[in-house]
Amino acid sequence: MSIDMAQFHQVFFEESFEGLDAMESGLLNLDMGDVNVDEINTIFRAAHSIKGGSGTFGFTSVSDFTHLMETLLDEMRDGRRRVTQPAVDVLLGSVDCLREMLQAIQDGAEIDGESVSTHKRSLDNELNNHSPAGAVPINHPQKVPESAAKEDQVSGWLIAFSPHLHLLKTGNEPIRLFRELSSLGDLRVTADLQGMPDLYGLDPEECHLSWKLELDGNVPVSEIDEIFDWVEEDCDLAKQARFASLPAFDEQLGAGATDNRVAETIDTDPARSEPATKSKQLKSEEPKAAAKGSSSIRVDTSKIDTLINMVGELVITQSMLSLVGEHFELGKLDQLKNGLSQLERHTRELQESVMNIRMLPISFVFSRFPRLAHDISSKLGKKIDLKLLGEHTEVDKTVVELLSDPLVHLVRNSLDHGIEMPDVRLAAGKPETGTVTLEAYHRGGNIVIEVSDDGKGLDKEKLRAKAIEKGLIDPDVILTDKQSYELIFMPGFSTAEKLTDISGRGVGMDVVRRNIQALGGNIEIISSLGKGSTISIHLPLTLAILDGQSIAVGDETYIVPLGSIIESLNIKEDRLNRVVGKGETFLLRDQYLPIIRMHEIFNVASARHTKLTEGLLVVVEGQGVRCGLFVDDLLGQQQVVIKSLEANYRRVEGVSGATILGDGSVALILDIPGLVRLANQ
Amino acid sequence: MSRTDTSKQAEQQDKRSQEEHAQFLSFTLGNEEYAVDILRVQEIRSWEPVSRIPNAPAYEKGVVNLRGAIVPIIDLRERFDLGHSQYTPLTVVVVLQARSSEKTRVMGVVVDAVSDVIDVDKKSVQSSPNFGAKVSTEFINGLISVNQRMVMLLDVDKLLKLDDVDNLRGINNDEES
Repeated sequence: MSIDMAQFHQVFFEESFEGLDAMESGLLNLDMGDVNVDEINTIFRAAHSIKGGSGTFGFTSVSDFTHLMETLLDEMRDGRRRVTQPAVDVLLGSVDCLREMLQAIQDGAEIDGESVSTHKRSLDNELNNHSPAGAVPINHPQKVPESAAKEDQVSGWLIAFSPHLHLLKTGNEPIRLFRELSSLGDLRVTADLQGMPDLYGLDPEECHLSWKLELDGNVPVSEIDEIFDWVEEDCDLAKQARFASLPAFDEQLGAGATDNRVAETIDTDPARSEPATKSKQLKSEEPKAAAKGSSSIRVDTSKIDTLINMVGELVITQSMLSLVGEHFELGKLDQLKNGLSQLERHTRELQESVMNIRMLPISFVFSRFPRLAHDISSKLGKKIDLKLLGEHTEVDKTVVELLSDPLVHLVRNSLDHGIEMPDVRLAAGKPETGTVTLEAYHRGGNIVIEVSDDGKGLDKEKLRAKAIEKGLIDPDVILTDKQSYELIFMPGFSTAEKLTDISGRGVGMDVVRRNIQALGGNIEIISSLGKGSTISIHLPLTLAILDGQSIAVGDETYIVPLGSIIESLNIKEDRLNRVVGKGETFLLRDQYLPIIRMHEIFNVASARHTKLTEGLLVVVEGQGVRCGLFVDDLLGQQQVVIKSLEANYRRVEGVSGATILGDGSVALILDIPGLVRLANQ
Repeated sequence: MSRTDTSKQAEQQDKRSQEEHAQFLSFTLGNEEYAVDILRVQEIRSWEPVSRIPNAPAYEKGVVNLRGAIVPIIDLRERFDLGHSQYTPLTVVVVLQARSSEKTRVMGVVVDAVSDVIDVDKKSVQSSPNFGAKVSTEFINGLISVNQRMVMLLDVDKLLKLDDVDNLRGINNDEES
């Protein structure tokens, strides 16, 4: 039987990249002072899976490379090697290299042999540079010292291997295990046929055999463990070292006696078995995702269950409504109304749960930052503490994908420009270690992501001088605090005295802002000199559906995003003022707000009201600018599905998209910041 | 064997005739007659009220909902400065597909009436006469004569290019910087 292995490649790559992420975060979490063997185990397990997978698929370069890493990790795991910072750095570098290799294979590109051999060399160096354990005590939970001590004298092993019935279904083949064992030494295999049922009761997919294996040679227990790693969960395994004199192994087994060593191997510690179950779960989910192609999404089954429940409810409502409709009479009007309101509720819930499926925790983006912080701080010699808050905040998948680059840029900026060198910080009376906080949370219909640092903050005067020097603003312009901070979003603006390869080329922030705006969000910056800065990104919760307030201007209908409306009010004559005879403002709670007449900037000829006191004023806020939109009337609130205008038409200033109203007509959705720009022209 | 030969021949003939012939949908605007490649016509609809696009040129009447897609409607009379006409339920909108940089846009054009489907021998297409800067002929691919009447063949891609799209975007970028 020939199986097309290529169909599993996608699964392998996804799994391997996940494994690499796990290794990376594991390595970063290692605490030099007190090394936890569980964590090393997790890292080791990930490396081992990658090695196994790449071997199976014939990516020998990957498996060879991973083997080196594995050896190093194995020694750390067994406590034969100290966990040192240089070693961890080498491993981190290797993780990167491995990721590049896998990426290259996935793209069908050439593997960069040079970088591979460099990393191989540093791994080899690390391996040969053997520093004995002992200085850093590894708290090994349940390693029986005896077995290690006697390992040298082992002349062979007795292994009783009785797989569970379902072993073959998990894709494991005992004969392959034996083949690998025989590569370690002389192997004698005895099959036990006792468990075989008769021909009628035989299910060919079940494994009824068990084996007794005798392995000659001085083989370390770890190598045997490694071979049985994959089947640990699916079999009863007992092994015993054989010394010069042979103990009565069979008798012990028969009596059910388990001596110290046997017990150790059967009860694998929980830390090791947990990752195994995890990877198994992943495996069972994977094929579904892979079948759909590369842009797959992994969905929590509970989310799907809710969805199915919801559809069930919907079907019930539908049948109820059709029953009412079949023999309709006026007396059933109440029933109909009830049914309709139920229908509305269910549709809304259904819609929310469908949207929910697209939601991913923001930790998908955040998880890469500890590494970034680690790399940058070691490169620049800064001491930085990165805090991640609200990692479980869920964001639309598209947002997650598009958000990662801008966020990397912002975090990099904070690490590089924000946080000062340790001596400067001490001199300024601040703790030596700088803190960069990444926080995500929901507020209203928005998701807010904040990147804040306790670094040096933005210097308004410097920003201003720089902007004048670059000719971005006129020398005599007076800027508010906010406006001066906004300068950093201008193209070609950078205040860094010297360029580093980390940041400072001044191409970034304007791109960041453009990306965020493309997502329908906005970005704000608050800073205080010497104390630090906070950059916050506000994004709409989902991109496809929006809560809107429909407004009337003449006989035209527009939608204002509900999130940007602060209040709506009638205006009194005495609250109105004019600036330089033209710009109209009104006074609201001691604040003069500019008025934008919708019918004027959109040239609506049919507007009913042209006197400000007759119509309504909708106070809106966008990108930190508050203003009043003068409209004829408010029509109602509704959820609208956002449709692209650009698909067949083009971008319209002041309009973010279009939607289809209940009567089938099209209404445009207003883009408040764009409207303000339009009004200022 | 012989059958495949004949079918192949037929295919080739088909191909040849396709190369030489094309079908066009003709319509009228005032007293003038125009035609578009029928393969670009998606459907023909009656006029329905549009939602106006603020600050767009007058000939871009607005957008309508075409089975969930937002589709702009362009008045060809106004586009060609042929004067304005009253819209009645009998006014026709021809929905066309235009290709611009690997993207297909769908747009509707308002015409007075759809008249006929005409077979055009490509050899008989005359290039449009040059009036210099006096008369803009940029949308006209050529002229043909049908029953002694002149029919102008329109270039759909150029007509619906809305080439000010790129210009507008350029302006916006400048403003931001």
